[in-house]
Amino acid sequence: MSKITLIIKREYTTRVMKKSFIILTLLTPLLFAGMITIPLWLSSLKDTNQKHIVVIDKTNLYHSVLKNNESYIFDFVERPVEEVKKENVENKEFAALLVIHGDLAKNPNAVTIYSNEQVNLEIKTYITGLLNSYVEQQKLASYKIPNLKKMVENSRANISIPTIKWGSNGKDEIGSAELALGIGMISAFMIYLFIIIYGAQVMQGVVQEKTSRIVEVIISSVRPFELMMGKIIGIALVGLTQFLMWVVLTTIISLAVGSFIGGSVDLNSLQHASQVGMGAQSMPASGTAGMIREVYGLMSGFDFMKIAIFFVVYFLGGYLLYASLFAAVGSAVDSETDTQQFSLPLTLPIIFAIYAAIYSAQNPDGPLALWCSMIPFTSPIVMMVRLPFGVPVWQIAASLTILVLSFIGTTWMAGKIYRTGILMYGKKVSWKEMWKWLRY
Amino acid sequence: MILLEVENVVKQFAGHLALDSVSLTVPENTIYGLLGPNGAGKTTLIRIINCITAPDSGVVLLNGKRMTPKDVERIGYLPEERGLYKKMKVGDQALYLAQLKGMSKHDALQALKYWFEKFEIQEWWDKKVEELSKGMAQKVQFVTTILHNPKLLIFDEPFSGFDPVNADLMKREILELKRNGATIIFSTHNMETVEDLCENISLVNLSKIVLQGNVAAIRASHATRTYLIRSSSPITGDDFELISQVEKDGIVESKILKKQVESNNILLGSLIKQTEIHTFEELLPSMNDIFIESVRK
Repeated sequence: MSKITLIIKREYTTRVMKKSFIILTLLTPLLFAGMITIPLWLSSLKDTNQKHIVVIDKTNLYHSVLKNNESYIFDFVERPVEEVKKENVENKEFAALLVIHGDLAKNPNAVTIYSNEQVNLEIKTYITGLLNSYVEQQKLASYKIPNLKKMVENSRANISIPTIKWGSNGKDEIGSAELALGIGMISAFMIYLFIIIYGAQVMQGVVQEKTSRIVEVIISSVRPFELMMGKIIGIALVGLTQFLMWVVLTTIISLAVGSFIGGSVDLNSLQHASQVGMGAQSMPASGTAGMIREVYGLMSGFDFMKIAIFFVVYFLGGYLLYASLFAAVGSAVDSETDTQQFSLPLTLPIIFAIYAAIYSAQNPDGPLALWCSMIPFTSPIVMMVRLPFGVPVWQIAASLTILVLSFIGTTWMAGKIYRTGILMYGKKVSWKEMWKWLRY
Repeated sequence: MILLEVENVVKQFAGHLALDSVSLTVPENTIYGLLGPNGAGKTTLIRIINCITAPDSGVVLLNGKRMTPKDVERIGYLPEERGLYKKMKVGDQALYLAQLKGMSKHDALQALKYWFEKFEIQEWWDKKVEELSKGMAQKVQFVTTILHNPKLLIFDEPFSGFDPVNADLMKREILELKRNGATIIFSTHNMETVEDLCENISLVNLSKIVLQGNVAAIRASHATRTYLIRSSSPITGDDFELISQVEKDGIVESKILKKQVESNNILLGSLIKQTEIHTFEELLPSMNDIFIESVRK
């Protein structure tokens, strides 16, 4: 086995075997999956709790319209309103009282919902939906024009604007600005975290080797550059392992929980929902569940593979750029407490990048976004925000080329500082000193 | 046979000349001492021999050939600043360091078994280094240095930081390594060990070698014509100066400084006539004295 692989193996295994790594790697997907599935689970919980709604229909027109479903049971009574209200103050048998005073086709306001609690929005939406569509049907029928229903349906404008992005092959892909924003921000933030966390690990590793005084023992066997690169690559693999585990575990857990919850998250129906499109309005029956379906549907239409691949590429590029600099800083100091002063100039551009990413999200093709996705110190984070919105190929190519050239440059520079720094003990180092080391 | 040659090595750090045309030769299967005050350039020289730092000019030859990074595998190096990974298990760590030196896993395990048994430290195998005492860690460190059976061993200040028991163990092991054919270079401040162990030395001061050669020859050349004489009664004479004279339990102990370079037998002949002589010994300067004298110059 070559020496650099030995180093990579040691760096990788000691970190992956750590309890903190295992716990973090296993628990985070539970958290992710929880964020995705708990709202679904909660919405499915509501379904099991059937509510009674008492209806006093003075017109007797809407008996057939108000159908029971798994959430609501309509009880039709013919009693004075006040009596019913009084009765419910004591025994709370029903959730709401629906009173229809007159023909809704003539007077749309001739209906009221009473409740001794704040009226549930879902009840209101459900009932409004049912009555609306019935009255519409009635009105249309009263015109006695053949095929009018169909004509109206055809002429109905879909006000919830679907953002449809077309690919280079002209094939339409269903997209959503909100979803793209969400995915962009999440992946940008994850790259930000990964660079900071794993860059700091490189720095810590170097400082520990220096303070434990093992470094000279090791570089009597391998070249300092090999030791540095072995550490950087080993830790990069740890990061990739964690990312991969998160993706796989999150997918498995959310699928498992999803299928456990059952019908409402059935993947087939999700696919169906996405094909039906954005017309959630046409399904008034399923208020929030419909919305979740819509999101799921959109997500299934989203090219996660592309984002994941670019995530890995930009993570590696950004990480390599910063990790070697972190290694150089680690090599120059004598203890972990001294690292702060020198790591600040490294963390500042990363923090700036995340702010640039947030602003770029509002205008992913604007000048800030463009420039910050070219500058190698910010491009890995800013580009992640832009990618879900679609970025011209030449820009991706340019940004990646600059990134690769830059990390070769920083690694070369860092290697020079590193090989001098690790052999300096008990010396207070300044920036000027480090600059000198470049020319040794 | 010469194992290692350092020829006119120069090393300059920013504004500071660390080594100024340093040359030395180390014969095979000997113990070579590298002496000098702090900051003289010993560690820099040792790092150059280990290919950790490159010289600005000059060459290092091993068996008459220029050193290559591959040759470093035949060197066992114990730096002055030494340590181990604190969180790593002793066995894993020793194995890792041995593999970095180019040993196969199988060979490394076998050699480790031998040395761990020899030092009776087998039960430390699964312990983390941070659980060991400093002395225990030093033993492990020593084992990892010599494990790959190097032809050339370089110890930078091997006795500093070792407790007396381990320092003595080190000393004995160094002698045994020599018996088994190894060549050893070590740097030290401890002049007693130099007299005990080294055949040859180089004394480095202010980036230059100020004294070099065989230990016995150096001491003889620094002889100050001082003698210790134990006799039954006080001695006198014209051809020597009496430095001190004390009587203890009927024996007179005199330290004298010979005035002329003359044969010891002539001096002794004149003394024998005066009284009974029990001891006649030339007092050679200790390496410590020579060290201090050379550095002060």
